[in-house]
Amino acid sequence: MSEAARRAEIWRVAGAVCDPEIPVLTIADMGVLRAVRLNGDAVEIDITPTYSGCPAMNMIALEIETALEGAGFGRPKVNLVLAPAWTTDFLTAEGREKLRAYGIAPPRKAAGRRGLFGQEQVPCPRCGSVLTEEIAPFGSTSCKALWRCQSCREPFDYFKCH
Amino acid sequence: MATTSITVQATPLLAYVLHRADDALILGHRLSEWCGAAPLMEEEMALANMGLDLIGQARALYGYAAELDGGGHTEDDYAYRRDERAFGNLLLLEQPNGDFAQTMVRQLLYSAFIDPYWRALMASPDATLAAIAAKAEKESAYHLRHASEWVIRLGDGTAESHRRAQAALDRLWPYTGELFAPEAAVLAGLVPDPASLRVAWRESVSRVLIQATLRPPAEGWMQSGGRAGAHSEHLGHLLAELQYLPRTYPGAVW
Repeated sequence: MSEAARRAEIWRVAGAVCDPEIPVLTIADMGVLRAVRLNGDAVEIDITPTYSGCPAMNMIALEIETALEGAGFGRPKVNLVLAPAWTTDFLTAEGREKLRAYGIAPPRKAAGRRGLFGQEQVPCPRCGSVLTEEIAPFGSTSCKALWRCQSCREPFDYFKCH
Repeated sequence: MATTSITVQATPLLAYVLHRADDALILGHRLSEWCGAAPLMEEEMALANMGLDLIGQARALYGYAAELDGGGHTEDDYAYRRDERAFGNLLLLEQPNGDFAQTMVRQLLYSAFIDPYWRALMASPDATLAAIAAKAEKESAYHLRHASEWVIRLGDGTAESHRRAQAALDRLWPYTGELFAPEAAVLAGLVPDPASLRVAWRESVSRVLIQATLRPPAEGWMQSGGRAGAHSEHLGHLLAELQYLPRTYPGAVW
């Protein structure tokens, strides 16, 4: 296997690890997987946290190690990198669609601080209605807020913009 | 493993990083004390979420402190194996939660400072601090918004909620002078001067207080000492709880 092919395969295996808190998303979908470096047989992986206190990072690092060892690439060194800071813009289009299908409203693209403090219009992930309202700005995990749809009356999670 | 406390020979930069880390840890711990006791379910989650953000920020900062220190300490050593006098957090942040109004007023007074401060720190020539700040400012923006909304709701609410919010503001105000205390690392050009944000902080807090129909306390004598390790009696009690397990069972892992 050429080095490029090996790197691509490692990226595929590591990138397929799922976020333990939102199991429908892989870390490649989320943009949490940042880099794969090869140095001879040694493998180094960079991942970045979504929030400073994200408790899933240790679990994700462990699952990357398990996945790569299982695929015969040996035990990688997993680094946590902060820069550039993760934002919801790192979520891939595929990841956004997976979130919506799972019942979590995806973050609005390029929302940032203006989206946070402006008037947000978040379509209901179930019925598509835009008649929705925020119940609580902090939800079941660091990355989610709790909303409700006034049309279908279902509460839903909204992946917070930032 | 030793149960003794660690000692740190702090350079100006290391002292600064520990100050910021201690602020985040102590306020994060205070917020965690609301677990199971918040006035409603949504606030239970909000307080725990904000506490988690702060403890995450503390971990990143203690991790950087360990790098700068070079003394072989881990992030846990700074949190669990330093005595009260070695903590450099702001006195404001160790004040007890009190009632919900006091917790939210404390959160507002701190967030209105730290949110613009993190953004200023993003321009630091120190790449690690700039990266930590870039993550933290997204979180502090949410904390500021949340605390502002609650202070407005409480101040402009019932006679009872107004009375409690005003009492909290009057009680905590003398601790706000310390937010702008000088740091030696500022002189080295590594980090922004907290004092440069005094006017912006005052404006941002005033905007909320006006909407909340709360009266800003008169300028007067300000408490200080937290940065130098001279704490109110509350920090010792907080640390007794925070450090109990690792001090009692050294090296415990789970």
